[in-house]
Amino acid sequence: MNLQNILSEIEKTDPEVYDRLDTRRSAMKSFAKTSGKIALASIPFALGSMFQKAYSSPSAPTDLILDTLNFALTLEYLESNFYIRAVASAIAPSADAMSALTVIRDHENEHVIFLKTAITAAGGTPVSFTADSFDFTAKGTFPDVFSNYGLMLAVAQTFEDTGVRAYKGQAPNLISNNDYLTAALQIHSVEARHAAHIREMRKTANLLIPAGVDVKPWITLDQSGIATSVVQPSYDGEQNVTQAGVAITNIGGHNISASAASEAFDEPLTKDQIVAIVTPFFA
Amino acid sequence: MLNNTSKEDQPDLINDGMARSFSRRKFFGIMGAGTAVMITAAACRKEMHSPGKGNNSSVDLGSGDVGVLNYAYALEQLEAAFYVKVVASPYTQMSPMEKSYLTDIRDHEIAHREFFKAALSTKAIQSLEVDFSAIDFTDRNSVLGTAKAFEDLGVSAYNGAGQLLSNPDYLTLAGKIVSVEARHAAWIRDMVTAGSFADMTAVDSNGLDKARSPQEVLSIAGAFLKTKINASNLPTS
Repeated sequence: MNLQNILSEIEKTDPEVYDRLDTRRSAMKSFAKTSGKIALASIPFALGSMFQKAYSSPSAPTDLILDTLNFALTLEYLESNFYIRAVASAIAPSADAMSALTVIRDHENEHVIFLKTAITAAGGTPVSFTADSFDFTAKGTFPDVFSNYGLMLAVAQTFEDTGVRAYKGQAPNLISNNDYLTAALQIHSVEARHAAHIREMRKTANLLIPAGVDVKPWITLDQSGIATSVVQPSYDGEQNVTQAGVAITNIGGHNISASAASEAFDEPLTKDQIVAIVTPFFA
Repeated sequence: MLNNTSKEDQPDLINDGMARSFSRRKFFGIMGAGTAVMITAAACRKEMHSPGKGNNSSVDLGSGDVGVLNYAYALEQLEAAFYVKVVASPYTQMSPMEKSYLTDIRDHEIAHREFFKAALSTKAIQSLEVDFSAIDFTDRNSVLGTAKAFEDLGVSAYNGAGQLLSNPDYLTLAGKIVSVEARHAAWIRDMVTAGSFADMTAVDSNGLDKARSPQEVLSIAGAFLKTKINASNLPTS
């Protein structure tokens, strides 16, 4: 079997075959990667699968996957640059707080590197941002974000909770590729760990805004525990207590409050919703 | 009920036929190679493994998306049973804050368990019999150490199971639950060792959480279950 001949034959009848397969280079790389793992006799299956991917929808899934990974990379750059500034500002009041912010900063940096590598390996071009790309005052909404510890944590909480919702919303876009889907899920749950810890930090430092509100490691109803309504789009919808048509409150005769029912399930946001939330943080 | 209102060609928990035995994408991928007949025959044979069959000492999770959801249901049963007992018989010197949050977690796990039971309906596996004989429920370290293991295990189980699902709606549902398990894991880890919410035993050098296969997960969870779980008919990719 000569794969090159097959591709050439298809090109005669469908000049756009390489666009559908993303690029010739990534098509060959994708095939080489797959064929390396499977027995020779299985190659027709792999070929069928490869062409099916190219023709199964108006826009090739490969493009959808690369777009999704680049969207994730954009959010990771945002978070990474935020924590670089937060750690450098040295406003954390304790060694524990400094240590936690450093752990989170390092994870976000690792996510940036991981996604860049994955996008490049898939034949795509990773988006790129620098420190100057961001405005963490959100156009003046949070003017003292890196000198007011409580405000810094509030913005961090919003970023983490939003990041969780973003990955959750994007995961179905990756369902055709096990490797990318699993990696995205592995990042998603790390963002949730961060979110839980930042929420604890806010409570421990007694810096909830306004004073007297409560915040737990999990999201209760659509409460942010943050005074300004600017962050509310990051929490809208989290009060959902119906999952796949099943009412969760008091389910099965158990005493499950609406608060617990909402906490038990985190909710996704669409790409458009996420873009609207993070746009003010881009310079 | 888990019904598909948007995509009619996707497996449905109630009316699913052959399609649930293997992923849709694989089906069409293989169709492209012209071997549909052979694969269809295999699928029909696989279909005979319906979930829930077994006696009190063993249970078959079933195949396809139903099998994966039953796998999640099994793990949620284990977690819920654990926290019910933790809250019912608090360890020595459980602080009010710990009591409050462990009660929250208990309620979340009951909500997850009951959700899967309701959604799977007649396809749901039976109630599992747990074995907590290795846990000292009077001892904080024993309880929180077990809780940490369960939560980290649950996170890795959902992370590994996402790729086994064919229906994107079920993937989203699993995603809604796994991040809550990760929040639990982070808080419990911090109760065991402050600042360990995402340390190097949980997160690797790429900043990734763990992802485990059902076989890996069940070999760990099995120590806490009297009921034997047969996961051999679950999808493998």
